[in-house]
Amino acid sequence: MITLQNVTKRYGTFEAIQSISLHIKPGEIHGIIGASGAGKSTLLRMMNLLEKPDEGDVIINNKKINHLKGKEIRHIRQSLGMIFQGHNLVGNKTVFGNVAVPLEIAKVEKKHRTERVMESLQFVGLETFKDKYPRQLSGGQKQRVAIARAIVNDPKVLLCDEPTSSLDSTTTMEILEVLKQINQKLNVTIVIVSHEMDVIRSLSERVTVMADGQIYDVVDIKPTGVHKIKKGAATFVEQLKSGGDSNHS
Amino acid sequence: MIPIIPDVLVEYQSEIWVSIGESSIMVGFSVLAALLVGLPIGTFLFLCRKGQLLENRIVFSSLNLIVNIIRSFPFLLLVIFMIPFTRFVMGTAIGTAAATLPMMVIAIAHYSRLVEQSLLDVPKGVIHAAVSMGASVKDIIFKFLYVEARSALVLSMTTSTISFISYSTIMGVVGGGGIGDFAIRYGYLQYRTDLMVYIIIIIVIFVQIIQYTGITLARKIDKR
Repeated sequence: MITLQNVTKRYGTFEAIQSISLHIKPGEIHGIIGASGAGKSTLLRMMNLLEKPDEGDVIINNKKINHLKGKEIRHIRQSLGMIFQGHNLVGNKTVFGNVAVPLEIAKVEKKHRTERVMESLQFVGLETFKDKYPRQLSGGQKQRVAIARAIVNDPKVLLCDEPTSSLDSTTTMEILEVLKQINQKLNVTIVIVSHEMDVIRSLSERVTVMADGQIYDVVDIKPTGVHKIKKGAATFVEQLKSGGDSNHS
Repeated sequence: MIPIIPDVLVEYQSEIWVSIGESSIMVGFSVLAALLVGLPIGTFLFLCRKGQLLENRIVFSSLNLIVNIIRSFPFLLLVIFMIPFTRFVMGTAIGTAAATLPMMVIAIAHYSRLVEQSLLDVPKGVIHAAVSMGASVKDIIFKFLYVEARSALVLSMTTSTISFISYSTIMGVVGGGGIGDFAIRYGYLQYRTDLMVYIIIIIVIFVQIIQYTGITLARKIDKR
């Protein structure tokens, strides 16, 4: 599906990614975890060429894409959905308008757009919110709209860059459940980047652990399921009871 | 009984209407130039900035310098400085049509800067999302930037239009006429202070209407 071959990314003299090779299998949920600055988001963004590698190749469906330019790159990106930590919705567009944008960009005929937008919104459970504006939605709802927008073009791969980092535990579970459904029902390969171990463990079948721009290890695991997610108050209590992370003076 | 329209305005009403017409031509063409040329230039300035889609230091610096120089000119000096160019383009440097050219030039520079500033307020994440969807630069401009910045663009145009009205009042220098020139010629120079005050009131009313319309429209289209 997606293969990175000896990819390197430099910012000036700093090597953010150091000759990494990684293969994402079709249909899997692949987690990428690491501390801040480990290079996990840069690695993810290389998969749709939001970051171009300085060395090495990005291969999608046996085709090298890192030398493509302009229209060809845009075409590849249209086949890869992406969601971010922030929802990145257009505040002046309705939920329907936001989800319809990728179809407009892909020049899908107007008569087919409504049907596909509504299918996507139904999938994330927000079909009744189609006329609302992002400011009228909660954080979790906004992220679900972003997911609907990312899947409306029927992508084969969904790239998720810290999609739950700014959400509470309940909303995180909702979002992870939606991602799981996308993988299982729509057969979409998912690559998810997170610094939260619980998030990665809940969904991923394989996990790439990164440190200092390199792959530390790739581990096969059995997903624990989304019910195990602990965030916010639950995590704080756990940390307090175990005596860790308490900075009160 | 107090007359609704003061006698002095009735007395000069035909001249006043002509002056309002001249001001409308100057301001109208300036607004048009701002929209048709200033908006694209401002957008291009934004896109050429560091970290933006068409990042280009040389193009940005050059365009930025030109816009800054035009905006730095005291407007009266710009009008005079441009006389040879105006004569070359319009065939004459005198009259309302000729006066409109320097107005259009300052309008383009003025609005392009405000457009650039308005687009800077669009969250970067929105642009990142657009790029990740495979949007072209044209898509990003029309489906994301202008949509997200539309109320700021309307407010900027409101501010610009009011500035254009102010600029138009001195176009009498090159025979451009207009309501400001009328106030000076008939009010100030002929010692008709009452006439000048009434003309100022008319200008203030115009400005209030434009400001109110702009703010109302911007509020109506802002859904963020």
